[in-house]
Amino acid sequence: MAAPTPLAPVLSAHWDARRSWTLASYEQHGGYEGLRRALALDPSEVLTTVKDSGLRGRGGAGFPTGMKWSFLPAPDGGPRYLVVNADESEPGTCKDIPTMLASPQSLVEGSIITSYAIGCRHAFIYVRGEVLHVIRRLQRAVEEAYAAGYLGEDILGSGYSLDITVHAGAGAYICGEETALLDSLEGLRGQPRLKPPFPAVAGLYARPTVVNNVETIASVPGILRGGSAWFRSMGTEKSAGHGLFSLSGHVTRPGQYEAPLGITLRQLLDLAGGVRAGHELKFWTPGGSSTPIFTAEHLDTPLDYESVGAAGSMLGTRALQIFDETTSVVRCVTRWTEFYAHESCGKCTPCREGTFWLKQVLRRLEAGQGTPQDIDLLLDTCDNILGRAFCALGDGATSPITSAIKYFREEFEAGMHTPASVLFPPERSSLFPYTPREAGRGAQLAGAAH
Amino acid sequence: MAGYDEATLERLGADAAAIMARYPDPRSGLLPMLHLVQSQDGYVSPAGIAFCARTLGLSNAEVSAVATFYTQYKRHPNGEYTVGVCTNTLCAVMGGDAIWEEVTHHLGIGHDETTPDGKVTLERIECNAACDYAPVMMVNWEFFDNQTPQSAVSTVYRLIAGEEVRPTRGASSVCSFKQMSRVLAGFPDGRADEGVGAGPATLRGTKLARSRGWTAPSFDVPADAAAAPADGAPAAGQPQSSAERPPTTPADTSAATTQAPGSTPARPEKES
Repeated sequence: MAAPTPLAPVLSAHWDARRSWTLASYEQHGGYEGLRRALALDPSEVLTTVKDSGLRGRGGAGFPTGMKWSFLPAPDGGPRYLVVNADESEPGTCKDIPTMLASPQSLVEGSIITSYAIGCRHAFIYVRGEVLHVIRRLQRAVEEAYAAGYLGEDILGSGYSLDITVHAGAGAYICGEETALLDSLEGLRGQPRLKPPFPAVAGLYARPTVVNNVETIASVPGILRGGSAWFRSMGTEKSAGHGLFSLSGHVTRPGQYEAPLGITLRQLLDLAGGVRAGHELKFWTPGGSSTPIFTAEHLDTPLDYESVGAAGSMLGTRALQIFDETTSVVRCVTRWTEFYAHESCGKCTPCREGTFWLKQVLRRLEAGQGTPQDIDLLLDTCDNILGRAFCALGDGATSPITSAIKYFREEFEAGMHTPASVLFPPERSSLFPYTPREAGRGAQLAGAAH
Repeated sequence: MAGYDEATLERLGADAAAIMARYPDPRSGLLPMLHLVQSQDGYVSPAGIAFCARTLGLSNAEVSAVATFYTQYKRHPNGEYTVGVCTNTLCAVMGGDAIWEEVTHHLGIGHDETTPDGKVTLERIECNAACDYAPVMMVNWEFFDNQTPQSAVSTVYRLIAGEEVRPTRGASSVCSFKQMSRVLAGFPDGRADEGVGAGPATLRGTKLARSRGWTAPSFDVPADAAAAPADGAPAAGQPQSSAERPPTTPADTSAATTQAPGSTPARPEKES
């Protein structure tokens, strides 16, 4: 057998096939073979296969998937639910949406296998509402699966029955948090729940529930087709398998690169043609805006859960946002903080108030009107949010700030006298030439800071 | 504001019943039902709130509490097209801020405002999961990838002129806000087969791997055979090697075999 290669397309292997989103195309490339194998096994054997594969959650936290499933209490005759988290909204993250656009059947098949393994008869796909065509493709994929006998009563003559409901959200980043998602799916404001109880015990309608990310579930059919050892033959011992790495920003060929976990940014940049011509890497996120930023010194950090964690960040969603030397780190951090303040659900005080004040302080630093106390004020505020917020949104909001001050403190110090737009004119960062129409954001920010 | 006339009420009632039938608990139908209201009125109208409340046995205040939490539910009549310019960090830096400046300058309106002709409602939007196509604009939540100030302004003027506009990755033309809302309420419009499966950035890795002959290990090996090869034991880290073997050398991880010079070999970590 050939040596492992830098890229290992599994989910993305046939995304360029003609009408790749249709059931016919999916079946032509081996689709639903995993389901047939699963239905020939006992549900507990399916669960064991996934557990043995070492698959870990692809939505950011990296929790072992099979273990999550095994946390469901023993069947008591009542309903058990699978809820797929298709609310992809973490800044920089852009893997699940193209997966569902190009190959929604991989998610449907994975949902059926997972439901079978956990004893679920009604699964839900909670997809963000701001992706119209993806919603169309999911609706159609479920329709086609029903028509082909993969959903509904007595699936493929197995005696097992399952319904899937596609549910569109309505615009709220916080609904990517699994308990907020469940509240939203119950028709409430999407606010996180106090844990425990965890969804495995009391989830949707207070019943045992598994919540998994799109890519996690879409990876399940391959594991049933190839076996757990097949999956483990990719990646590292503790971070097994393949994953989508999403390169964006100041990179020559941005896009989706599916590779074994453990690949490095240096390798990925080589494949993507490097940082845009004439420029060099300044900072990047390994897994979305909620993961502490990295710099060029982390180019060779293997992108697996353990190595990224040991280097002070998180693998997150493998959303690799690349920024070159033209970019103001203060501008970026301010914008991310405005995002967290906007998306804070308001349930807990540290996050609601903290993100609001972080935003005020950062805006005046970006405008060049910071005070000598502002850096300490930012760090102190972050300290009062981290670990004290109801859910991970608050923690995530502190990551860009504390990591950026760690690596680029002098840029924050410069914010006491010079606007970021003077130090780093925004037109040098953009992908097209333009002349800023207004006096620039610095002037606006100065107004906003008062 | 007056409620719906009888015919409208009957139609909405039938749709609401279809929505509630999708869930074990009818209250789960509230979000789709609010999308349904927007497909009727172009925003979450007082009549729509009352309709949802009556249908689900809730108070108007309980429905409003939910409706005001989500940014897609509009509190005043929306334009025929929602034009959203992504100004979250990555898109902003790549040029989203410049696009926003240009579009607002041309339309003379700001965030969450609508042109006087009722055609376009403008929004600064957060990350829409298309960062590899930055800067991104959304029209009625269809993707317009790799935008420039010129392309964005041109699209907006075509919308205002009533011309058909085609997204980069989506249906063959942008539908109206009301039509979109009906799909979000869970009533398909039959347009799923229009448009591309993937754009160029989505396919970069797929095509690069194919051009270089790189593939994931083959599926066509029975799992039990893979776990216990009969003869010719594969090298450590290779497909078909034992999953039980603990990693002891850098070659035990696939990444290590292709590591760049000077990189750190992956080490086994203690359980977290």
